Amino acid sequence: MLVAAAIGKRQSPDGEGKTVASLDEKISAHRQALDQQTREIVQWHFGEDTGCEFWLEKKKTFDFDPLTDVRGFDDLKKFPLFEDDWLRGGPMRRWVPQPYQDKAIYVFETGGTTGIPKSRVVVEDHWIDYEMFSATLPDKSFPRGSNWLMLGPSGPRRLRLAIEHLAQFRGGICFCVDLDPRWVVKLLKKGKVEEAKAYSAHVIDQAMAILSANNDIQCMFTTPKLLEALALRLMDEGSSVEQSGIKGIFCGGTEFTQQWFRFACEELLGPNVYITPTYGNTLMGLACGKPFDPADNYKITYYAPQPRAVVEVVDFEDHTKLVGYGETGRVKLYTMTKELFVPGFLERDEGEREKPHDKYPWDGVSSVRPYHVFAKTTTVGVY
Amino acid sequence: MIEIPVIRWGRPYESLERADVVHFETGEVMARMHQANAGLVQMDMRKAAQARDVLRQIPCTELIRKCQQAAELFLTATMPLGNGTQTPEQFCEIQSATTGLPLNMARGNMSKNAFVLSHMGEILDALTRGLPLDILTRGYGMESRGVMVSYQAASPVLGLVLPSNSPGVHTLWLPAIPLQIGLVLKPGSSEPWTPYRMYEAFAAAGVPREAFSLYPGPHDVGNKVLETCQRAMIFGGTATVEKYAGDPRVQAHGPGFSKILIGDDVVDRWEDYLDVLVRSVLINGGRSCINCSGIWASRHTEAIADAIARRIGPVTALPTTDPDAALAAFTIPGAAEAMNSQIDDGCQSEAVTEMTAKYRDGDRLIRKERCDYLRPTVLHVSDCKDPMANTEYMFPFVSVVQCPQKQMLSRIGTTLVGTAITADEQWIRELVDARHIDRLNVGPIPTCALNWLQPHEGNIIDFLFRNRAFQNSLPPAH
Repeated sequence: MLVAAAIGKRQSPDGEGKTVASLDEKISAHRQALDQQTREIVQWHFGEDTGCEFWLEKKKTFDFDPLTDVRGFDDLKKFPLFEDDWLRGGPMRRWVPQPYQDKAIYVFETGGTTGIPKSRVVVEDHWIDYEMFSATLPDKSFPRGSNWLMLGPSGPRRLRLAIEHLAQFRGGICFCVDLDPRWVVKLLKKGKVEEAKAYSAHVIDQAMAILSANNDIQCMFTTPKLLEALALRLMDEGSSVEQSGIKGIFCGGTEFTQQWFRFACEELLGPNVYITPTYGNTLMGLACGKPFDPADNYKITYYAPQPRAVVEVVDFEDHTKLVGYGETGRVKLYTMTKELFVPGFLERDEGEREKPHDKYPWDGVSSVRPYHVFAKTTTVGVY
Repeated sequence: MIEIPVIRWGRPYESLERADVVHFETGEVMARMHQANAGLVQMDMRKAAQARDVLRQIPCTELIRKCQQAAELFLTATMPLGNGTQTPEQFCEIQSATTGLPLNMARGNMSKNAFVLSHMGEILDALTRGLPLDILTRGYGMESRGVMVSYQAASPVLGLVLPSNSPGVHTLWLPAIPLQIGLVLKPGSSEPWTPYRMYEAFAAAGVPREAFSLYPGPHDVGNKVLETCQRAMIFGGTATVEKYAGDPRVQAHGPGFSKILIGDDVVDRWEDYLDVLVRSVLINGGRSCINCSGIWASRHTEAIADAIARRIGPVTALPTTDPDAALAAFTIPGAAEAMNSQIDDGCQSEAVTEMTAKYRDGDRLIRKERCDYLRPTVLHVSDCKDPMANTEYMFPFVSVVQCPQKQMLSRIGTTLVGTAITADEQWIRELVDARHIDRLNVGPIPTCALNWLQPHEGNIIDFLFRNRAFQNSLPPAH
């Protein structure tokens, strides 16, 4: 409502009588919405009758009272950093807000090839996130009612169910190919490159079979590496992604560089296949890419789904301090849904802080890549 | 700022990702390399056959002439480099500035590469044992002795994942062009200079640019070159060599563990050979796989080690521009320190004595702000089973090992260049039969003295071509 109020303020410069808000007004309105969301979510997660066991217990260790001392987004800095190790091991129900205890609960895992995985509980967030994301997809490239191919990591991840829901929400059916990225990481760590390649070929074989089976697949989710492998396989067989019938690709899951984006657009896909980069994880949800603009020279800028989640780019030494626009810093995430509260988590990524955009009037992050301190020891982009 | 593009079958490609090539001492950005992505390589390799096709339109003999022209241009001309140009002196200066190699060594390696290129006709004649080269073009043909032979190209292109620390290795891929095999080069991150200058020299001499791709980029680009080229070479450490062992598509060049073995018949006259020993250890900053890292004899080993240490122990790090500079810098943080620690650990053994310390004014490890040096080190090893008896580092380092002559061949392990100083015919026969020695020198020949008419780590003709049967008429009745 706050946003709508801001939008109705003045005449557009084209003089045709449309009422539009300036970017500054939109930024201000969305900031108010974010503060409002913060207050509501903190009241929910720390309310005696609504909060989950984890946060109610944690609250006892704070030197402030979230219920009275958090009045806006900036007050989230009063919380200690969220530690993802808290997500390792059960009981999972300690994360479920009391009013949701009787609902059907999903548990999704993230990261890790060994040991106890990090898990989060979900009731409906994955559906909500992807329904919101659906609104950003152009119908021309992601025709409603057409079918989808989900070519990416499945298993305990939320991605498979989320993509399937996205397809169903848009009136289509989702065809899935199984993929276990943890096995690929294990193979690579053991130097079994040939086995990893064979596994990748096995995954692409399945995608090729589905695409050739008259399934009216026009939309696809996949990762950069798998898209590259699929596109080159199709070319080797005298076809192409476009000729296979795919019109729109929602791509993400691993590092997505500016050069690769250009390579994909210019050489793998051609002008008639739309590709939208995304950035996200099980904790935050899905950040959308800024709409393609030739002036950006394929620079990829992501915007979090505010106010449900926020991305900040913060100083490497002081995570409470934002870097200037265009400057490099570490990615810090916040999640504020009724199912999960993450008051500041330092991602294993870095990037540049970007100015708000008309479609997403809040801060974005561009050129996301592995945090340089971890980059040398992390196996990234394996699938 | 010099901007150097990716080259895709002769076409420059400006990448959106670039990497700085910096001065090893000051950190000053010397050039900006456009970075390929792995998919780009795979995309281009789908057209690899065209590289050989375009070269096959020019007879091998004509390509050999173009090699001679290219050698002259490489050595003397101002050549294009990215968005600028480069004189021969600028080439040596920038190579020295980004790799830490002394200028005199950069010049030496430049001459070596040009020498091989200018003598390509003789080299190919030797390596093919006089095969008419049009047989390689056509795939088959009749030899002068009336025998039908067929040589089938194993790959239309040769892929190279090149190092940053040893510009001399570029000699290994130069024969590909006159053999009508295209080149796919992944230059080392701090030594793109030789591949790019050689590419421009070939092009200026009239070799079609479409026969070349150059892909500067991260590791996955190198992996993709190895994966997609049917024949490729990589340069690395022991782990790299082990990784590709048994893969017929990949020739992995690693440490040489080159050695000099002194026979019992001449060891009492070891002082006569001291210059050969010192030269084999010290030349090219000790960086090459053909530098000597082990000297084996049955007696006088302490005296030999002491004499070498007296000669090379005082050698210290000098500015790269100093004509007497004999050591190259280590530019990878921590690398020199790790080697230094390994050597110190090795010296804890009762069988090992560091002989250079008393001739050195200071520590072996010299730490500088952005690079390190290791000063020449000679060890005496009294037990040939000690791990330090067979070790190699990328600086002037040698172990002088005491070992009975009759045990040497069973103890030395894999040896790229083995110089045996002896006239003992029986032992020479055993040396000739020793399959773990790649290049065998008999006599006082420095390990680094290569005759380019001889194969190096396998004959490149055998690597790039398959000698198989071909018949276009009935064979004689039998």
